[in-house]
Order: sequence, then structure tokens, then C-alpha cells
Amino acid sequence: MAKLVKGETGDWEIVIGMEIHAQVILESKLFSGAPTKFGAAPNTQVSLVDAAMPGMLPVLNEKCVEQAVRTGLGINSKINTYSVFARKNYFYPDLPQGYQISQFEDPIVGEGEIEIDLPDGSVKIIGITRLHLEQDAGKSVHDQHPKKTYVDLNRSGCALMEIVSEPDIRSPEEAIAYLSKIRMILRYLGTCDGNMDEGSMRADVNISMRRPGEELGTRAEIKNVNSLKAVGQAIDYEAVRQVEILEDGGEVVQETRLWDPVKLETRSMRSKEDAHDYRYFPDPDLLPLKFEQSWVDEIKQTLPELPDQKKHRFTGDFGLSRYDANVLISERSRADYFEAVAAGRDAKLAANWVINELLGILNKNNKTLEQSPISAEQLGGLIALISDDTISGKIAKDVFAEMFTSGKDANAIVEEKGLKQVTDTGAIEAMIDDVIAANPDNVAKYQGGKDKLFGFFVGQVMKKSQGKANPAVVNNILKEKLGE
Amino acid sequence: MSNLTDLTITQAITGLDNKDFTAVELAQSHIDAMAENKSLNAYITETPDIALRQAEASDKRRASGDAGALDGIPLAIKDLFCTNGVQTTAASRILDGFTPQYESTVTQKLFDAGSVMLGKTNLDEFAMGSSNTTSYYGNVINPWKRDSDNRDLTPGGSSGGSAAAVAARICMGATGTDTGGSIRQPAAFCGITGMKPTYGRCSRWGTIAFASSLDQAGTFARTVEDNALLLRTMSGHDPKDSTSANKDVPDFLAALDDNIKGKTIGIPKEYNIDGTPKEISELWQRGREWLENAGAKTIEVSLPHTQYALATYYVIAPAEASSNLARYDGVRYGHRAPEDDLTDMYEITRAEGFGEEVKRRIMIGTYSLSSGYYDAYYIKAQKVRRLISEDFMKAFEQCDAILTPTAPSAAFAIGDNEDDPIKMYLNDVFTVPASLAGLPGISVPAGLDANGLPLGLQIIGRPWDEENVLKIAGVIEKIANFTAIPKSVIKEAA
Repeated sequence: MAKLVKGETGDWEIVIGMEIHAQVILESKLFSGAPTKFGAAPNTQVSLVDAAMPGMLPVLNEKCVEQAVRTGLGINSKINTYSVFARKNYFYPDLPQGYQISQFEDPIVGEGEIEIDLPDGSVKIIGITRLHLEQDAGKSVHDQHPKKTYVDLNRSGCALMEIVSEPDIRSPEEAIAYLSKIRMILRYLGTCDGNMDEGSMRADVNISMRRPGEELGTRAEIKNVNSLKAVGQAIDYEAVRQVEILEDGGEVVQETRLWDPVKLETRSMRSKEDAHDYRYFPDPDLLPLKFEQSWVDEIKQTLPELPDQKKHRFTGDFGLSRYDANVLISERSRADYFEAVAAGRDAKLAANWVINELLGILNKNNKTLEQSPISAEQLGGLIALISDDTISGKIAKDVFAEMFTSGKDANAIVEEKGLKQVTDTGAIEAMIDDVIAANPDNVAKYQGGKDKLFGFFVGQVMKKSQGKANPAVVNNILKEKLGE
Repeated sequence: MSNLTDLTITQAITGLDNKDFTAVELAQSHIDAMAENKSLNAYITETPDIALRQAEASDKRRASGDAGALDGIPLAIKDLFCTNGVQTTAASRILDGFTPQYESTVTQKLFDAGSVMLGKTNLDEFAMGSSNTTSYYGNVINPWKRDSDNRDLTPGGSSGGSAAAVAARICMGATGTDTGGSIRQPAAFCGITGMKPTYGRCSRWGTIAFASSLDQAGTFARTVEDNALLLRTMSGHDPKDSTSANKDVPDFLAALDDNIKGKTIGIPKEYNIDGTPKEISELWQRGREWLENAGAKTIEVSLPHTQYALATYYVIAPAEASSNLARYDGVRYGHRAPEDDLTDMYEITRAEGFGEEVKRRIMIGTYSLSSGYYDAYYIKAQKVRRLISEDFMKAFEQCDAILTPTAPSAAFAIGDNEDDPIKMYLNDVFTVPASLAGLPGISVPAGLDANGLPLGLQIIGRPWDEENVLKIAGVIEKIANFTAIPKSVIKEAA
């Protein structure tokens, strides 16, 4: 679903690569024991190491390494059992050491690939270049004083994973699908919470334009793209900007640009000429990181079923549509909920109820699945009542609405309100006889060829039964009687 | 009681145990001597109150039978070790007035063993120098003088304050750090013994970094035995330093049995450097004979990449320093120029805060890490560093330890060599190779030159083999029987 941009001189292809920064879910920082609570008062989550006091030394948090390995396995990438931490040197007030400890030549995770699902139902493979571990910087606060900048070091030293993609992405939709899929995988793995609005996941987008099939053009790197929506908007804006330059005979400048989410435009931050020379070199305070392949294999055993595996199982074993499967796997809790509803029951019916009824009503009430008043067990109970003909689908909707407000079990509501479906043919026959006797004119018209009136009779019978008559039984007997 | 300052640490412990004197008396006699020797400028910060308080507590511990291995021993701490509540400057204006709220692992271990802190000793700024002339707090003066003139001499560097303090009897022992010779060269210049253990033996946590892959804490004292005692206390694995080795610390004192029969000592031929004074070559030869007389075998060994060691060191150490010193930016602590613009604040803070030598090394290091130069300098230097290490490992297949001179000259006059950094860097020619290879090394005073100045011999050992290094040094100490002390010290004793 490569999206070509129509220029005045012909079509242009967008080429996109992404760098995703994902904050690792951990109790403490990458190289210090300081806590990592989001939203804490400024400078309360800071150790001597994070503040780069003289003589302080980093000590690698091994849990971080495990999280990076889990993530590497989750994005089907090569795990490097030897990697090196390097210093990236630059000055900034929220970077206390004057360098960021990162990985450069030898990252912990190498090449791999993931599947992305596109809105038209197709699937595309996007290559992963690498994943490396690095420290986050602190935060500069500019709005507390007219002239001064304050620094909050709470985030300083928190562990980040930078996931770099190959330039395989060709449209805003693909970029969004890629970012969504990475986020979904990280959330499944429990390695990053993926909250873009809290900054625990951030994306830089590299964009260049070329004539289809030709060599790669010069790219611009867009920073500060902090939502799925912004990714799409920034790419659209940047593609048009670059095409205009190219069609005017100009050259795209290799530079870093900032996305402005208010003005909806990208702005130049710094050009290649002003680019930092980061003077990377191996951090002499840290030994190269080495571990055994057997440890990687052990971690592999503990991975949960990942979104794509789930999707394939849902479409294969349960016969769900790819669309339904994608809706259900988009969050691990949603997939788990669905599976609990579907356990031992009609999976397609379960999927329908979860997607169309439950997610619908939750959405309408601004509730998350976790806040649902109806548990998976309870919804399963309702579906069981439908499947064994205890209630009709129509009655089930009423029961469901009642469950949502009262939190009661379906069974209890059905008992309480006497909603059990009438399948007793004798009782139904009696009602039908009454309806036929009361409507001689319509009977005559029907028998005279007005087939459409069949619905009228069904309706009358259902009304008489207060909706409880089994519709299939009603149909059969009505046909028999009217056909006479 | 002034003669208390002449005691070795071992003698002082015996005296304290025998109740010949108290720790408070021992501390006080050193505090008095410090007051008389202020002109040496050996200390940046003197802490007599802390010393007396610690000495008092020490006397109580000893009275109740809880004395530690160094209880009551007055020590000087190089002002590169962070000390909780006591100003720590690295002899730099940029840290002037900085008081850490934490204690370095090495000093914590010394205090846990009961030692008493007399103060923080002067050094070359950020330990960068071989003459102790780059300190923001002024140069240190070597207590030794030439017979021929009365010029002030350098104590060597960078741990010049510590070495001068031990030589001048204004502390019993001192900590130092050695990156390329910063313990061994000043020990030689000041006629005392100084030991740099294997890289990773002592924790670097809380020690202000110069070049992380080379920096190693070590000891100064007036005897090999005292060095062994101090080092035993300072050593050990520290989970807070990823480069500290998880190895048991041997009983270094037990190694001092003078028995070197059957040992093979290597004499590296490449250390015969043109321009080395004859008396230093002769002392080296004498040392070789002493060891042979004591039952060791000596052989010539080759360390073929020695000639590249200084160049290699002066790429790697400044490269690491340029990054290590980036944290001194005026934002969180230390000196800050009151500028409104961020770039101005950085530039003026650092221009004012750092001295010339530190700036020179930051620039060299920044250059050698820059893109386009990184491969030609830093990467190449790392490769040569590996070759230098391999030279030593090959030599150690033939010998148990290596004997060399410590420095290519005796102490020089303050102001000499200042015009030419390269000439200054040559002071480390014999000490830098072992630093690059992370090996343990010791300098023992072994004789006087024609001007009456002390000269040292260096023993370099295998990684983690401090025991043999100390043992061999002990033999040289015994045979050399170096008893000379600076005239200024004799005068005071009289």
C-alpha cells in the first residue's frame, strides 16, 4: 500500500525509517538504583549517579538487559550475546554527565523483522535494523521563570530501548501500523507501557522522497512526533514539503526537524553542518556486556504468546475474520478477555459479543475493559444461554444491558424476569391459534398470495409471548398452520 | 614527642598497643608537624579537628579491645578521593568549595579500619601532571633539596602532596592514585615507597575520575611493609564499581618473607633509553645485582612496543578525560560563571574553572575522539595498548617480575620542564607501560644521586601478583638500606 505522492512532474515515493524510543518498565534506572516513578515531584527520583556527582560510577541493572532481550525476541531479532556500552558526548543542562551512555557499534539486539497489518487487510514485513539500550536525559523546564531554565533529573538515567527500523515504510498508514505494532508487542511483553502522552514512548521519523524504484533521496529526521496521529500528519506535511523543493529543482537538506503539533508543520532544528560530533567511544567505566545463549533461550521460554501468533490462532483455530482477530489482539487484556469468554463456547459468537456489544457499550460509557462491570465469565454465561436456546439473541441484548448496569449474572436476570424462551410447541400452537383466529382478514390476504404478511404473524405471536417464544419454532408452526 | 612522626605505621601500631602513647598524642604530633611544614603546601585542606576526634574514638576502641588494623594511624588523603563532609577539589578551581555528601570506597575502608584523617593532599589538577605544579592551590615543594643549591624542587606528580607529606613526616602514610605513574614517580622523587596495585584491585567509586581505564588507587608510606598494610585495607571488590575485580585480597603482609630464591627477574632492554643519567642506569644495574645476590635469577626480556607507550597513553588518557570532565559544566555544583546565555555560561565556567594543562588534555582528547580522527588516534592507540599488554604477558612467561628505574631523573626544580609539555610527559616513560597493561608496580627508594636526591627502582608484576611485587620490593628495601631523610626533617628532629 505504498502511497505515491503526485507531483507536477510525476509520482514520488515516500521512504520512511523510524527510530522508536521506548522507556523500559523497571523499578530502577539503567545504571543506578534510583526509582523511576512517573509524575513524582521534581528531582526526587535521583541518585548521586544520575546527578553525575564527582567520582560516581554506573553499574548496569541486569533486569534491564533481560527486558531488552525479551523485546529483541519479541520483534524476531538477533540477540547479540556480546555488546558494548558507549558514551555519546554532548553538553546540555539536562544531561548531567555531559554524555549519554548508549550503545553504538555493538548493540544488544541486531537485525530482525515484524509483520504489520494495514487498513486494507494486507500484511507487510518491516525490517528491524537494531535495538540498543541507552540512558534517558532529564527534563529542562522553561516555563517556571521568565529568564531561567530549571532542570528535573527524575528521568535522567532511566532505561530506554531505541528500536531502529529499516527504511521499509512507504506511507503514513504503514508508519502508523508499524508504530502501533511495536507498541502492541512491547505491551504484550511488559517491557514498555507504550504511553506516548507520558513520553514513555517517542518516535523520530526519517523521511526522504524518490522516484519509484530509484536510489534513496536525502532524508530529514523529524523529532517530537508524539502520537500516532502526529506521525501521519508529520509525514504528510514533510512529503509535500520535500516534493515541492525537489520539483523546484532544489535539494532536500539533511537535517533534524521538529514537528509542531499546534501549527501542524515541521521546522528546521539543526542542519548537518551544525550536527553534533558525538565522539562515541566505549565507556571505560563499564565492561562489555556478555551473556550466554542459554540464558536467552530461558527467557524465550517465558515469552507470552505474541500478537501475530495470537492473530494466526484466532483466524485459524477459531475461524475469526482477520478484522475481528486484529481488533481482539490489539491489547493483550482484550485478547485474554475474549479467550475467557470463548473458552468451551462458540468462538465466533463470543467475538461478536465482545467486539460489537461489549466494546461498544464500554466505549459509550468511557470505560476501559478493565473497568467493565461484566466479567468475561459473566459474558460467557450469557453466550451459553444463547447457544443452548435458553434465550433468544434479542432477549440476550436486554439481558446484557441489565448485566451492564446491575453487574448481575445472566442466569439470575433470566430467572428473575422469567425471560426463558418458550419452546413448548403446545403453548406456542395455542398462541398461534389465537392470532389466526383474531386476524381472519390477514389470513385470507396471506393465503391469497401476500407472502409479506408472514412477518406480521410472527410479530403478533412474539408480542403475545412477550418475546420469549423461540422464533424458529414459531416459524415452523406458523408455516404449517397458514399453509393449510 | 616530635619523634612520634618518625615511626613507621607498623612501629606506631606496636606503640599504641603497648600504650607507649595514645592515638591522640600521635595525631597531635602530626598536626604540630603539619603546622611547621605549611610552606611545603602539601595539604589543600587540613582537618586537625576531625583527626583529633577520630583519634579519641580510636583510643576508646583500643581500650575496649576493638582496634582495627590501622586504628589510630594518621593518614593523608589525596584530594581526589571524595570525603563525606570535607571539601574535595581535585586541585581544580572548578570544584573549589565542593563538599561531597558521600565517602569514597577506599577512604571508607581506611576509616572502617580505624585510621585518622589529617587532611586532603595537594595534587596536579585532576591528577594531570608530573610535577604538582598544575594545582589551583599552588605547587607542592619537595622536602628534599639538592646538596648543591637551595632551589625548591618538585615532589613529582600527580600525587605530589601525598608523597611530600609522607617524606616530610607530616603523615604516616597516604593514599594516592596512579594513572600513568602518579604514585610511583612522586614516591621516587620524595625518597619513599609508593605502590600502584593491579587495575581493578581498589574500587574507583568516589574517586574523581581522570582516565577511567587507567586510574587506580594506591599507597604511600616509608616502608614496603606499611604499603602492604595500607593496601590490604584499601583493596577488595566493590559492587559499585563495575571494573573492580571480584577477587579475594591476599594477605600482602604475609608475602613479605624476603625469600626470592628461584624467582626470575626480567630486565627489559627497551628501558635503556638514550639520555638516561648514568647514575640511574648504574642504580638499575645495582638493583639487578642485589636481587641476584638474594638468590633470584635475572634475565634480559624484551618489551618491543615500549617506545609507543607514551604516545598511546597521551591519546587514551586525554580521550577519556575529555569525556570524564564534561560533567563539570557549572550546572549542578562547583564553579559557575554568572552568565545568562547557556553557551557563554558553559564556556566561561570551564575557561575559568580549568587550568592550562587540563584544558590542553581536554582538547587533545576531544580531537582524538572526533569523527575522522577517531580511527587514526583512539582506535590505533587501543590496538597498541593491547600489543603493550601482550609484550608484558610474553615477558612474564620467562620471568616473575620486572625491574626498571622508576623515573628518568631525580626531582627537578620547580619551573623546569614547564615550557615543554612533551618533556614533562617523558617523566612517565618507565611507569606508563605498566599502567597501560593494568599491572601492579611499586617504587622503592634505592639510592641517592650525586646531588643527594633520592632515586627509585620500580618492580612490575603480573596481574594480581602484588604479593611478589611487594616481596621483591622488600628485598631491595633491605639490601639498599635507604636511610637518608630530607635535611629539613633532620633539622626539626634535632
